[in-house]
Amino acid sequence: MQDLWDFRELVYFLAWRDIKVRYKQTAFGLLWAVMQPLFTMAIFTIFFARMAKIPTDGIPGPIFYFSALVPWIYFSTTVSNAGMSLVSNSTLLTKIYFPRIILPAAAALGTVVDFFVSSLLLIGIMVYYGVPVGSSLLLWGLLLVLLMLLALGLGTFFAALNVRYRDVKYALPFFIQLLLFVTPIIYPTSLVPERYRWLLSFNPLGALIESFRRVAARESLDWHALGISVLITVTVLIASVVYFRSTEKAMADLV
Amino acid sequence: MTRSLEVNRLSKRYTLGASQRDQMLRERLIGFLKKPFRRKSAQESIWALRDVSFTAEVGEVIGIIGRNGAGKSTLLKILSRVTYPTSGSARANGRVASLLEVGTGFHDELTGRENIYLNGSILGMKRREIEQRFDAIVDFSGVEQFIDTPIKRYSSGMRLRLGFAVAAHLEPDVLIVDEVLAVGDAGFQKKCLNAMEGLRNSGRTVLFVSHNLAAVENLCSRGIWIDGGQLRMDAPAKEVIAAYMGSFAGERAPGSNLSASGDRLGTGEIRYTRLEYLNPDGSPYAMTRSGDGLIMRLHFHAKASIRDPSFGFQLYSSMGTLITEVGHWLHGMHIPKVEPGDGYLDVEIDSLNLVPGSYAVSLWITGAGGKPVYDGDVRAALEVEAADVYRSGRLLSSRYGLVYFPQRWKYAKA
Repeated sequence: MQDLWDFRELVYFLAWRDIKVRYKQTAFGLLWAVMQPLFTMAIFTIFFARMAKIPTDGIPGPIFYFSALVPWIYFSTTVSNAGMSLVSNSTLLTKIYFPRIILPAAAALGTVVDFFVSSLLLIGIMVYYGVPVGSSLLLWGLLLVLLMLLALGLGTFFAALNVRYRDVKYALPFFIQLLLFVTPIIYPTSLVPERYRWLLSFNPLGALIESFRRVAARESLDWHALGISVLITVTVLIASVVYFRSTEKAMADLV
Repeated sequence: MTRSLEVNRLSKRYTLGASQRDQMLRERLIGFLKKPFRRKSAQESIWALRDVSFTAEVGEVIGIIGRNGAGKSTLLKILSRVTYPTSGSARANGRVASLLEVGTGFHDELTGRENIYLNGSILGMKRREIEQRFDAIVDFSGVEQFIDTPIKRYSSGMRLRLGFAVAAHLEPDVLIVDEVLAVGDAGFQKKCLNAMEGLRNSGRTVLFVSHNLAAVENLCSRGIWIDGGQLRMDAPAKEVIAAYMGSFAGERAPGSNLSASGDRLGTGEIRYTRLEYLNPDGSPYAMTRSGDGLIMRLHFHAKASIRDPSFGFQLYSSMGTLITEVGHWLHGMHIPKVEPGDGYLDVEIDSLNLVPGSYAVSLWITGAGGKPVYDGDVRAALEVEAADVYRSGRLLSSRYGLVYFPQRWKYAKA
C-alpha cells in the first residue's frame, strides 16, 4: 500500500496515456464515450420497452436504460481492460520495477472519464424528463466508488490469472456477456419472481446497477440488497489483491 | 566509503518449459482429474545464476562482462527488482533506476513531449522533476523540432536519442544499464558516455553491461565477469577484460567439444579428431567477430587408406536453420587418397559474414558421391561476437538476421 502511494503519479500517467491513446486520431474523440450508451439506450428503448413490452418500473425508458448502461459500460470496459493490462503491458513488466497492481488500477482510472462524460448526458436526459437532479449527484458519485472497487477487484483477479493462463483472454468476453443477462440492465429487478430474487443477491453488480437506476429515477434505494453487494465487493477485492500479491513475484518470468 | 549495493549469494533458477506447459488451465485440470494426489513432479530446471556475491561502493562504475547467456541480464533484472531471486538477496541503498532498454513504455501515438512525461514517470521520476528537467532533456535529445509530433513518425535513431535523454536525466543513487551504447551514431554514443562520466563524478554507482569491451575499459574502474551463472572474476576492469579475452584463446578451439564418436554417424574408417579455429595469419584465435577472417582447421585421423574421400560441413544457426553447406568437392579440388594417420584441411574464410550469435558446425566425411559415410553429424560450436562491420560506430546485432553482406550506400537526387 505504501508502495502504491509512492507510485501514485505513475497510476495517473498510465491512466492519462490510456485516455490520450484511446481518442487519438479519432474524429469524434470523447463523444464516443456518450455515443455507445446513447445508441444502445435507443435500441433498448425501441426493442425491449416498446416492442417486447418489458416493464421499466414506470421509469421513462431512456432514463431506465441509460442509467443502467452508464455504470454497465464502465464496469465491463474496466474489467476487460484491467484483466488484459498485465499481458498487454508485458514490455513494461519485464523491464521496469513498479508495484504491478498499478496496471489494473490505472485501467480502472482511465475509463472513469468516459463515465463522467456519459453521466453529464444522463443529467441532460433527467432534466428533459423533469426529474430533479440535486442531491442525486452525491449518491451517484458514492455508487461510482463502489462500482470502481468491484471492477478493480475482478479486474485485478483476471489480470493475475491471465499472466499464467491465457485462457482468460477467451473466457473474459464470454463472462462479461453472460453477466449482462444476469444483471438487471435490460429488465428491472421486479421482473424476477419474488422467491428467486435472493439468487440475484449473489451478483453484487445487480444491486449496484439497480441502485444507480433508482438514484437517477429519484426512487428510494434497497439498502438491504446494496449492503450485501458491498459485503461481496469488499470480499472480492481483498481476495483478489491477496491472490495478486501471491503471484506478483513470478509475473515477470511468466508473462 | 559507503556501500551502495550489497549482493549476497544471489541465485536464480528457471524451470524449463514451465511457461508453456502450465499455460493452459485445461492441462492443470486434466492433470488433477487423472492424479488428484500427485505431487508436483520435479521439473527440469537450470540455474541462471548461482551464488553470486559482491558489493559496490558509492561512486563506483562497474562493468559486467560475460558471454551471451552467462547470466548478466538475469543479474540486472534481479537488481532492478523486475524478477526475484530463488535464493540470496540484493540490497541497494537509495534510489535504483534501471535502463534495461531505452524508451521503455514509449507509445507510438503520443508525441515526443507526452512520451517524455510518460517514460520519465515509468522510470521513477516525479512530475515536478520531469518539468524541471524538461528543457535539458529535449536539448540533449536533439529532437526539438519534432517534440509535438507523434513518435510513430520518428526514425529509430530519434526514438533512441529521446529515450536515452530521459534516462540520462534520472538522478538515481544506483543506475543499472544494459547494453544501450551498442546503438546510436558515434556522436550520440560519445554524449552517452559523457553522461555516464557525469554520473560517476557526481558520486552515483553505475552497473554497466556491454559487449563493447573498449567502452567498459574506458568507463569502468572495476569489472565483474559472469560465466555460466557464476562470478568468475571481480577485479580492476583492465585485468578482468584481459582475462576474459584470454579465455577465448585458452579454449583450444571447440576441437575438444566435437560430439563424441558414439553420437556420430558413419563407418569410422576416417574420423574428425579436432576442429581448430585460427586467425587469418595462422595464430591461435581469441574470438571471432562479424566480418573477421578465420581459418577453420579440420583435423582428421584415418585408420586405413581411403580413396577419393569427400570432406565438408554444414553451418546451422542456433535455431537449426541451415545457413550453408560446403565441401572441398565444390571447389573442384580432388584428393585421390588419404594414407592412414593424421592430417588436416584448412578452410580459409576471408570474411565471416554472420551476425553475432551462436552457430553450430556439422562436419562430415564421405566417399566420392556421398557414399559411404565415414563420419557424419560431427557437431562443433562457433561463437560470433558483435562488430562494427559498417564502420559507423553501430554494432551489428542478431536482430539483423543471420548473415550480413558487404555493401555500400550512395545517395543521389533524381
